[in-house]
Amino acid sequence: MDEFDTSELDKIRAEVSESQMKQKTCITICGGTGCHAYGCLKVAEAFKEEIKRQNLQNKVDVRTTGCHGFCERGPIVVIQPEGIFYQRIQLNDIKEVISETIINKKILDRLLYIDPRTEEKIVYEKDVPFYKKQERIIFGNNGFIDPTDIKDYIALDGFKALVKVLFDMTSEEVIDEIKASGLRGRGGAGFPTGKKWEICRKENSEKKYIICNADEGDPGAYMDRSLLEGNPCCVIEGMIIGAYAIGASQGFIYVRMEYPLAVKNVTLAIEQAKKLGLLGKSILGSEFQFDIHIFKGAGAFVSGEETSLMASIEGRRAFPRQRPPFPAQEGLWGKPTNINNVETWANVPLIINKGAEWYSQIGTKKSKGTKIFSLVGKINNTGLVEVPMGIKLKEIIYDIGGGIKDNKKFKAVQTGGPSGGCIPADKLDLPIDFDTLTKAGSMMGSGGMIVVDEDTCMVDIARYFLEFSQEESCGKCVPCRVGTKQLVEILTHITRGEGVEEDIKKLKDLAKSVKEGSLCGLGQTAPNPVLTTIRYFRDEYEAHIKEKSCPALVCKDLIVYNIEPEKCVGCLLCLKSCPVGAITGERKKVHIINQELCIKCGVCFEVCPPKVAAVSKYTGKKRDRILKKDLKQRVKE
Amino acid sequence: MEKVIDEFDKDQRELIHLLHEIQKQFGYIPAHMISQIARQLKISESEIFGVLTFYKAFTLKPRGKHLITICMGTACHVRGAPKILDEFKRELSIEPGETSGDNLFTLETVNCVGACALGPIVIINGDYHGQMKTREVDKLIKICRQKNGKR
Ligand SMILES: Cc1cc2nc3c(=O)[nH]c(=O)nc-3n(C[C@H](O)[C@H](O)[C@H](O)COP(=O)(O)O)c2cc1C
Ligand code: FES
Repeated sequence: MDEFDTSELDKIRAEVSESQMKQKTCITICGGTGCHAYGCLKVAEAFKEEIKRQNLQNKVDVRTTGCHGFCERGPIVVIQPEGIFYQRIQLNDIKEVISETIINKKILDRLLYIDPRTEEKIVYEKDVPFYKKQERIIFGNNGFIDPTDIKDYIALDGFKALVKVLFDMTSEEVIDEIKASGLRGRGGAGFPTGKKWEICRKENSEKKYIICNADEGDPGAYMDRSLLEGNPCCVIEGMIIGAYAIGASQGFIYVRMEYPLAVKNVTLAIEQAKKLGLLGKSILGSEFQFDIHIFKGAGAFVSGEETSLMASIEGRRAFPRQRPPFPAQEGLWGKPTNINNVETWANVPLIINKGAEWYSQIGTKKSKGTKIFSLVGKINNTGLVEVPMGIKLKEIIYDIGGGIKDNKKFKAVQTGGPSGGCIPADKLDLPIDFDTLTKAGSMMGSGGMIVVDEDTCMVDIARYFLEFSQEESCGKCVPCRVGTKQLVEILTHITRGEGVEEDIKKLKDLAKSVKEGSLCGLGQTAPNPVLTTIRYFRDEYEAHIKEKSCPALVCKDLIVYNIEPEKCVGCLLCLKSCPVGAITGERKKVHIINQELCIKCGVCFEVCPPKVAAVSKYTGKKRDRILKKDLKQRVKE
Repeated sequence: MEKVIDEFDKDQRELIHLLHEIQKQFGYIPAHMISQIARQLKISESEIFGVLTFYKAFTLKPRGKHLITICMGTACHVRGAPKILDEFKRELSIEPGETSGDNLFTLETVNCVGACALGPIVIINGDYHGQMKTREVDKLIKICRQKNGKR
């Protein structure tokens, strides 16, 4: 019986590869949330229609795939097998792509990506600098797979690892392999995965559970979403293997509700896996049984913390609780439970297929494998990047990320989200792994990497994160509830120009007591953004406090907008756009801002044509001078 | 209404699923349904109320006709989301979480929708508007108002 069922997988592989051979060309369209927002669904529909119109259905296939990662350039289209890379495709490009590139084999220059550094046009996906330094062993398949069709995953050797585990390996051997690989959890703390599995395995209980943590709370990180959305089966395969190793019969995937497409795709994948006997009773004809349920979160950051998450699945408020007992001892409904992050699970099939030895050659001594980062903020190439652990920060930001937007100056990168910290420019040579980041005062977290430039105020960033943590604090323990609130208050005072010199010391003392006194990871890490910004950008704090100035020109209460008389051409644009009518003037005459009416929305700054650039922002002494002049003017009137 | 509730198992573990379902069908959780849920799942009303108010997904008040959600995630924040939010607040004269007096608009914020490359992002009735500029706020609100005028 087992032979029949595993041969079914081989049959599907043969079928898919045969049909792909027949249809020589495949137009793949990125269907991730980012490209959805750019309108990729309409692009896919239009391609299908055009292909029908030209009667090419038998020669050309259209496939909407998972996220390719290069979200900056969406909608993205890659024509396989050549790997021709077209970016920012619009509906009116489609006819020409078919008639020129598909039929006449001619490249359309205008759709190519231009390397901003060399100004060279790039034809093939593999040559795009954004991808060149990446090592996409986990994320790479996204671009080839239609996530709504399990067969695509099977064709790329999907579930081979599962077959190997079920029929050739004992649970202990699986755990040993994962341990030997050196895999550490990708959800934040970097706990060794094999060891975690072993603890749960050794617990004596009839019922055990496993959980996939897809709550992805870090605002600005979205690799878990892209994996679940773009290649749900690899997460599912990882979970089945984990369940087999641990001896669990039920699994849960806890997904954020803000990710509707991920919920949809993973639900579909589970249904399809059940039909093929990959989930349920007697998986692939073996004795092993396992099922996966999906649980949709309800919008609370703290529910990403493992004990809160379990409370949430049980239908309660997501309050964390003291550990020990750890989930491996007493988890869901009091039973031993193993919880891992999406990316952690996605690493498992690869390790089984290629072996721990192969895997452990990637990365650094204590951090093995790759990590997917979401590179966002003031960076040229926003997107998801998968790199080997130990890569230098510089390489990520400049070689892959293409440097800072609008040729501005790099200031810092925030890693680890609200629990992490910032890393300044003089640490660009830092090799990135779990331990180096912690040493720098930050942490890996889930892999968010927010790049900020000279126009970002570090005090404002610290306030932003603390406000986030304060709002998301569940309120159960006092140090976190009250402490974060006080931190926000002090930071807000400083950004308003109401700070006093003792504030920096107060912030540091408070941060320490919140870190030490809080019950769960939220409070224990929430002060990190304050501490690292003080450590690396103390001068900015001091400018706010002593000179009442915001050097990055961000903090609303510390800046003014001013129209430079010698630059203003009197075009009326800002005057007409000002929502509160604070600007006066006439055509061809210099416009003036009434500082009393101005709400500092920045629209005038936005609309003033770049060639003119007559609107400036000022802080500190210059701001005071402008305000004084404005007051004089109005007194006169 | 009862049908929605009856389809669920009699167990607390179904509570959040059930609340999601009610929220989806009615746009909010009508207060009078809480006692029915309590009976069905055999838990206390105060427990349900606690859960309901803990999670941001559930609201006790109906939302306006147009739901405007502004991403306040980090990527959007550094690209100017606070200014966009301020402008919506000013134009609509409401705070996040509130609904305008004419029941046309509800303003909400969210922390990252995973489309950071397009930040700052505003989602209006499920449609994503990327790379928002402050000056475009007023236009978007007008479009919503016009749609309503026609109906
Ligand atoms: C406040 C807080 C939020 C968290 N959010 C997440 C999250 O969104 N996703 C995640 O995988 N882990 C999150 N974690 C970490 C989990 O508690 C847990 O360590 C992790 O899911 C374990 O998986 P791993 O061993 O594969 O890393 C969070 C922890 C804390 C303290
Ligand atoms: S921060 Fe707004 S979409 Fe991610």
